Amino acid sequence: MEFHLRGDSPIYLQLVHTISDAVVRGELKPGDRLPSQRDVAAKARVNPNTVQRAFMELERLGLTETRRGEGTYVKLDQEQAQVLKEQAARDAWQQFLARLAAVGYSENEVRTWVAHQMKPDGRKNV
Amino acid sequence: MIKLENLHKNFGRTKAVDGVTLDIAKGNIVGLLGENGSGKSTLLKLMAGLQFPTRGHASIAGTPVGRQTKAWTSYAPESNAFYKWMSVRDILQYQRLFFADFAQDRCDELVSFMQLPMEARVGTLSKGMQARLRLTAALSREAKVQLLDEPFSGIDPLSRKKILDALIDQFRFQEQTMIISTHEVAAAERLFDEILFMAGGRVLLQGSADQLRAEHNCSIEDLFGKVGY
Repeated sequence: MEFHLRGDSPIYLQLVHTISDAVVRGELKPGDRLPSQRDVAAKARVNPNTVQRAFMELERLGLTETRRGEGTYVKLDQEQAQVLKEQAARDAWQQFLARLAAVGYSENEVRTWVAHQMKPDGRKNV
Repeated sequence: MIKLENLHKNFGRTKAVDGVTLDIAKGNIVGLLGENGSGKSTLLKLMAGLQFPTRGHASIAGTPVGRQTKAWTSYAPESNAFYKWMSVRDILQYQRLFFADFAQDRCDELVSFMQLPMEARVGTLSKGMQARLRLTAALSREAKVQLLDEPFSGIDPLSRKKILDALIDQFRFQEQTMIISTHEVAAAERLFDEILFMAGGRVLLQGSADQLRAEHNCSIEDLFGKVGY
């Protein structure tokens, strides 16, 4: 797992997203063991306390479970992963719409623009 | 874990520390940020028991800073304080004899990680190597409180990276409390749980690093630029 962290938002949330994205993509499957908190801290070069907080959040969200003395395992199944995936798409879509609305695009303009950007042959213009 | 109450330190007419009150929780890595001359080093020395406050009170784990707390507190000064004629080996031996909490295995690990030349005399080491040695000497102790003054300043990027990695690797999770002063925020900000901003001998801001990022929508480095200098 690679960690690309930015400084402008909470580090623990970025760690949560990096791991939950890997679960949603199916790279991490139910029953897979996560790297130890210390390994994540060393790899991402962040404070071990921040990693602990991220792991607690993953558990709270129901993505992982900690087996005492054994480590942390992915427990989210494919169905739940699909729900999270759709949630991520909805969030991204809403952010996209909000940004376009902020600069004055109407709903119709957005529709035309999206259709134009994503031509049927799959070619994307930017 | 560390409690300061209305702490003052004057040098003549200069108010190096001008009424600082704080409470630092056990297990945190705290970034003590501020420009040169803001009072960071003096504050660390007051916590280490190396300076006496003009006024106010400092305690560690409920015990007033003094002889007893020095046994729990490891301090790495900003610049070289070791005798130049001593070898790296001599320095580390000296530390071992001096401090009951010195952990030889930890020291050996750090020496090899930092690639310290054991037989070299301190005077012949580069600045980066001297910084690595100071950190090795400080982190080799199983101290409850680690106080590091500007461990990243004026050293080469490779030494800086080594020092950061060693700090993350050696930090005794939930047992130790670490305070690191720096004016080079970008290099170290991911290390910190908690941030203290100092200017003019006062603490302007104390808070959780992630909370500050969320509240201000920017990195600690950018926030540091905004806190008003």
